[in-house]
Amino acid sequence: MLAIIDYRAGNQTSVKRALDHLGVPASVTADPGELTRAEGLIFPGVGAAGQAMGVLKSAGLDKTIRELTRAGRPLLGICLGCQIMLERSEENETETLGLLPGETVRFGEDLLDFDHRPIRIPHMGWNTVRFVKKSPLWEGLKPSDQFYFVHSYHPSPGPGLALGRTWHGRDFCSVYGREGLWALQFHPEKSGPPGLRILRNFYAYCREGAKNAQ
Amino acid sequence: MLSKRLIPCLDVRDGLLTKGVKFQENLDLGDPVAAARRYYEDGADEIVFYDITASAEGRGIFLNVVERVAEAIFIPFSVGGGLSSVPQMRDVLLAGAEKISLNSAAVRDPSLISRGAEAFGSQAVVLGLDAKRVQKTPEIPSGYEVVINGGRLPVGRDALAWAVEAEKLGAGEICLNSIDADGTRDGYELTITRLVAENVRIPVIASGGAGGPEHLREALDQGKASAVLVASIVHFNQHSIRSLKQYLHDRGLPVRQI
Repeated sequence: MLAIIDYRAGNQTSVKRALDHLGVPASVTADPGELTRAEGLIFPGVGAAGQAMGVLKSAGLDKTIRELTRAGRPLLGICLGCQIMLERSEENETETLGLLPGETVRFGEDLLDFDHRPIRIPHMGWNTVRFVKKSPLWEGLKPSDQFYFVHSYHPSPGPGLALGRTWHGRDFCSVYGREGLWALQFHPEKSGPPGLRILRNFYAYCREGAKNAQ
Repeated sequence: MLSKRLIPCLDVRDGLLTKGVKFQENLDLGDPVAAARRYYEDGADEIVFYDITASAEGRGIFLNVVERVAEAIFIPFSVGGGLSSVPQMRDVLLAGAEKISLNSAAVRDPSLISRGAEAFGSQAVVLGLDAKRVQKTPEIPSGYEVVINGGRLPVGRDALAWAVEAEKLGAGEICLNSIDADGTRDGYELTITRLVAENVRIPVIASGGAGGPEHLREALDQGKASAVLVASIVHFNQHSIRSLKQYLHDRGLPVRQI
């Protein structure tokens, strides 16, 4: 069973629908007990960092997330969820969860695209991810697979954490993490079959961990 | 690098497609959910639904369509047609759409864009802009005027100036439809497409006039559009999404192929 952390993030229902489609049991919940019982957590997110942190804190979810991940519960952050797993965000100059070292920064206004024109912001649409480090998330994926992005800020995690990189005016880290604690800047729930495959890979990893714990 | 997007557009009235969509093996679909699923499987990057229902009852039926689409496809889709308030936008987004498209209502009340962007984020707010070629005047320096109510009513506003203002108000994307090119199959209106695309930082979707794959290439290449909207060219089984993308790929344009 997976738990999608409920903090009224714009895409939490889409994530639930994708998991339903895959036959992965999941609930959307903010209940600490239910989050604790889940084999893995999905941390969705759409919107602004400042507001999201405000909602998380007022619900006490920031503490729950820190405790559960510290105890080794697998977590997959998506989009804004991916960004606020780091220590701080340039968006609204926000202190974020700090589950992993690094910060979230804005795409530079002066970045140029391949046609030497300024890049479009937000980075909106389909792009590839270079898999720079092995991860159970990549199981069954091809280098040509594309994923759906929509964001104006991107993660810049500490050294050694990048798992995937993407180009938009510059090469940025689009997937990062360490075993059991992963973050995707793109939306797997809206990235067609390859995105669904990542969600399935995450669930398989959580199942494996739960089995070993028994 | 970012791929150029191919976006089929489906018109819905009272929960059904206004015109059936023909697929290979001559399958004729009137159900928007089944048609969306087929386009999803054929490699569409996104889908746009225009609800041309007028009645309140029809609106409820349409929201149900949005919900069923959200359960059937796992790519982004947007919804437009008659949306004129933040609560209406919320209903559509909660039903499962990623984006809402504002057109006439935003011209009448531009604050609708900023209120929508504040409530749901810029990424969820698309400006649908219908433009018509006119003589250049001091009021309309670009030579393209904004028209509303399905292209019937000119509003005396410069299309380029409106696009730039909409970006400032918080629109995350502009779907630019040429009333002159729409339905002609002679190609997209490249002049205004390029003019808008070069003067805003947000993505521009070219709309209206596609008759063949070369028109898509022109809009993406010369027109500088980030995406192209397609309707009859794919609905009548003249081209598949897959074959159009192969054409664009062969000509060096970055597309997502599945």
